[in-house]
Amino acid sequence: MQAVLDDFPAYLEAFGYTVFLFLVSGVISLLIGTVLAAMRVGPVAVLRLVATVYVSLLRNTPLIIVFAFFAFTAPIFGIRFGWLDVSIGPFDFTAFFGAAVVSLSLYTSAFVCEALRSGVNAVPLGQAEAARALGLPFGGVMTQVVLPQAARASIPPLASVQIALLKNTSVAAVFGVGEAVSQMRSFNNDNADQRYTIALAFVIGYVVLVEVVSFFSARLEKRYRVTTA
Amino acid sequence: MTALDKNPDPGATRAPGEPLVVLSGVDKWYGDLHVLQDINLSVRQGEVVVVIGPSGSGKSTLCRTINRLETIDRGSITLEGRPLPQEGKALAQLRAEVGMVFQSFNLFAHKTILENVTLGPTKVRRQPKAEADKRAHELLERVGVAHQAAKYPAQLSGGQQQRVAIARALAMDPKVMLFDEPTSALDPEMISEVLEVMVDLARRGMTMIVVTHEMGFARTAADRVVFMADGAIAEENDPESFFTAPQTPRAQDFLGKILKH
Ligand SMILES: Nc1ncnc2c1ncn2[C@@H]1O[C@H](COP(=O)(O)OP(=O)(O)OP(=O)(O)O)[C@@H](O)[C@H]1O
Ligand SMILES: [Mg+2]
Repeated sequence: MQAVLDDFPAYLEAFGYTVFLFLVSGVISLLIGTVLAAMRVGPVAVLRLVATVYVSLLRNTPLIIVFAFFAFTAPIFGIRFGWLDVSIGPFDFTAFFGAAVVSLSLYTSAFVCEALRSGVNAVPLGQAEAARALGLPFGGVMTQVVLPQAARASIPPLASVQIALLKNTSVAAVFGVGEAVSQMRSFNNDNADQRYTIALAFVIGYVVLVEVVSFFSARLEKRYRVTTA
Repeated sequence: MTALDKNPDPGATRAPGEPLVVLSGVDKWYGDLHVLQDINLSVRQGEVVVVIGPSGSGKSTLCRTINRLETIDRGSITLEGRPLPQEGKALAQLRAEVGMVFQSFNLFAHKTILENVTLGPTKVRRQPKAEADKRAHELLERVGVAHQAAKYPAQLSGGQQQRVAIARALAMDPKVMLFDEPTSALDPEMISEVLEVMVDLARRGMTMIVVTHEMGFARTAADRVVFMADGAIAEENDPESFFTAPQTPRAQDFLGKILKH
């Protein structure tokens, strides 16, 4: 533990990368996942098929292989993130970070899609019918009536998906992002005698972050429950 | 409600008596089930038609084909002489002109009463919010739930919800209103408050197609009763004649059953 306390800024900075990975991938995965969910429940057969194939593919592939694809295979096809070079304070966001965000976002979006779809299925059919009967086109039916209600039913499963994402950011350690787990390894390398307490320090970090996500999800859930009761 | 009687709804653009909704030779199948069989029905401007018949006879399906919530396999349906559009924008536009009230109300659960009524006008008709709000308040006043405008549907009684659903449909200034058993999900003491609103609507000259077993409503407000059995129109008559002297054995049998209760 002493090793971590001695270099606490490094500990915090590492979790800073974890938080950045989580927030950026979280937002992107929610956006892509929403589009995918709309495609899967929509009236266009081709889009339904595309979204279904995408979801099965990403959901059934281990995350580390998605990372490996964007780290090693995608560059062969000209998909590179070398252009990315942003610094905010002590944080440098480079190609590794870009590839990690893309991998995490695409992977997580498949789960977001399924969480939202279960929410859509929880919305009674009559809601969409009433919206169609008013003359709303498909897009309006979805954005005005179905998705807002689906989002409510989806908050608990979406929270689980986002918590999984938070922990999945650790895979980025293997691909050159200096996030928490990568920092933990470097602490371990220098202080082999403190392995257990170093692990404990990082577990505490993750627990705190997960609790923050749970807290916000519980608040969202409560707020929406009150208004519809 | 009576104070507003001299102020009839706009939307009655056609002269009374002209055919507004015309179904000719309509057939529909659900797999092997011939759910609508050669339906011919013409509803004139300002007319109130009550559709009655045993469960499973195809009343809801008929109602839903008129705003194309259900497609048909044969025949044609026209509104003001124009065939119903197949899909897309034109279909959405058609639905905006046909009001629909469901048995289970189907108010948007996540929106307030006011938002339920203004959603169509603002999103479909692109009315400014202030204008839509004003009109919504008038309509809510008219159906007697104005003081509930800020609440959510789940906070209202069934009767109140159904009256809001009627206001929501009216906010689009529909040319015709479809009602699919609007009172059959309601407790008895709430039925009359909904029927009163519907009778008022009929008096103002709204063209209405109403699936209901409420004979009181049919007698007070309907111009015509259409009796359906096994997917076909078995009998059509004015309410008085239909209820007192049904012609077909099916109708006699059916009326015998509902009158016993
Ligand atoms: N989506 C569907 N798929 C298959 N069959 C259906 C479908 N909807 C209705 N049906 C069948 O079509 C027939 C007519 O149904 P419909 O709902 O129009 O009857 P209804 O006269 O409205 O009856 P009720 O008085 O019970 O409401 C019924 O036998 C019903 O089971
Ligand atoms: Mg029915």
